[in-house]
Amino acid sequence: MTHHIDVGSVLKRTVCDLYSNLVTRPTGAAVRREIEIVLCGLAEPSLTVIDFSQVGLLDFSCADEVVGKLLDGVRRQVIVTDAYVLVRGVRDDHLEAIEAVMQRYDLAVIVETEDGAWHVVGPLDDGMRRVLDAVHRCGRIVPSELVKEVEQPASTVEASLVGLLARRLVMRDDDAYVSLQSVM
Amino acid sequence: MTTVITVPPSLDDETFEQIFEQVAAVSVDQKVLVDARHTRWSSPYGLTALLAVGQSRAEQAAFAGPEAEDTASYWARAGFYRHASEVFELHGKVPRTREAPAESNVLLEITEVARSDDVHTVVERIQSRAQAILVHELHLDPQATMRFAMTLSEVCQNIVEHAGQGGWVAVQTYQYRQRLGRRAVVIAVCDAGLGFRRSLESTPGWKPRDRWDDAAALEDALVRGVSRYRDPGRGQGLAGVRRFVGKWDGKLSIRSGTARITIVPEWDDAVPLKEGLSHFPGAQVQITIPERVQPG
Repeated sequence: MTHHIDVGSVLKRTVCDLYSNLVTRPTGAAVRREIEIVLCGLAEPSLTVIDFSQVGLLDFSCADEVVGKLLDGVRRQVIVTDAYVLVRGVRDDHLEAIEAVMQRYDLAVIVETEDGAWHVVGPLDDGMRRVLDAVHRCGRIVPSELVKEVEQPASTVEASLVGLLARRLVMRDDDAYVSLQSVM
Repeated sequence: MTTVITVPPSLDDETFEQIFEQVAAVSVDQKVLVDARHTRWSSPYGLTALLAVGQSRAEQAAFAGPEAEDTASYWARAGFYRHASEVFELHGKVPRTREAPAESNVLLEITEVARSDDVHTVVERIQSRAQAILVHELHLDPQATMRFAMTLSEVCQNIVEHAGQGGWVAVQTYQYRQRLGRRAVVIAVCDAGLGFRRSLESTPGWKPRDRWDDAAALEDALVRGVSRYRDPGRGQGLAGVRRFVGKWDGKLSIRSGTARITIVPEWDDAVPLKEGLSHFPGAQVQITIPERVQPG
């Protein structure tokens, strides 16, 4: 169910085997199209880990093409109907470009930085962040337990879960909610 | 009749206005001779903007280079004559470009940017030298190296996406005595293409506002992140450049048409928005990042 995409390899395969930098829009668009083809071929629901660890530079234009447009398509379900995406292998400078893109699209994505820490990148209100943290800590949790975990009214937790599902930051499994990291 | 355009002895973004003024007064289909015989020094902006002057003329301009051998030799090693031979009819003595090692202060010799592949080339070339110079000589944080390359990539892409024709980029460090009293790394990117106003006017369904001119177009692009493309992700490149320049106490200036917008650091006294300049097509960008003063 979990699929791993090494963006550095996709770049070399689709654009030029001499390049290690993700710069320029045409390069980003070519890489994104390749990733979309992979996503479309996966059984649903799918979780795809997009790995930037072999990428040198990531500029804003390329981050927009590779991360922004891809996740926008995933959220709006125009590429595939039931896909989830995690990003990993991200350095500080990658993070800056990805953050700027997420702000522009009003999107959020879960990112693992080089030190192994998970971050939610992009605009997300405090309530959703608390609930997401709790789901991540527990791995899999039902709403009644989640209410106790975050010490918030059920209606608030429910609203946050709806927001997180819409942003494809948690998965639903029967009555429970599942963190993307636990599926990896 | 050929009109002589006199190049000042010292050529930077400010003194270059004298050239723009002279060039604007001559119709593009009239012959000009750009006379740099008495020029002794030029910033990367001066060299790349000179090429843009050549590019802007319908009737190919003539060019007479510096008579001082050290100046001419330096311009040759910076790559100027290689590109000048394509946009100018070269007069006088043209120094031979030997396979000599690049100047230690030249991070990127003058490079043509016309296609996306050129941006890849620029970024690959700069990365190998940027780390050594930015970190060890200008004492910038190691994190600045990648951001510097990102900035370079974005300003070069501006040419590919908006100029409608090629331009040139150069990166050098030099002692910025006049205003700063310390070293600085300077990126210059110049073209004589569409310019910001015409690029934004090409947005589908675009309508002029009450106040619409080169200055308004520059403000839209740099301050408000407006792009001619409708995608929500557009317009981030220059915003990223602004953040980088702000973080490292740098200066960013963009001249286009008849206006120049500048992000002014404390160490400089430039006017944030200058209007009513002599018209010159395209965009001329300069980014200056100063050496970091080490505590103690």
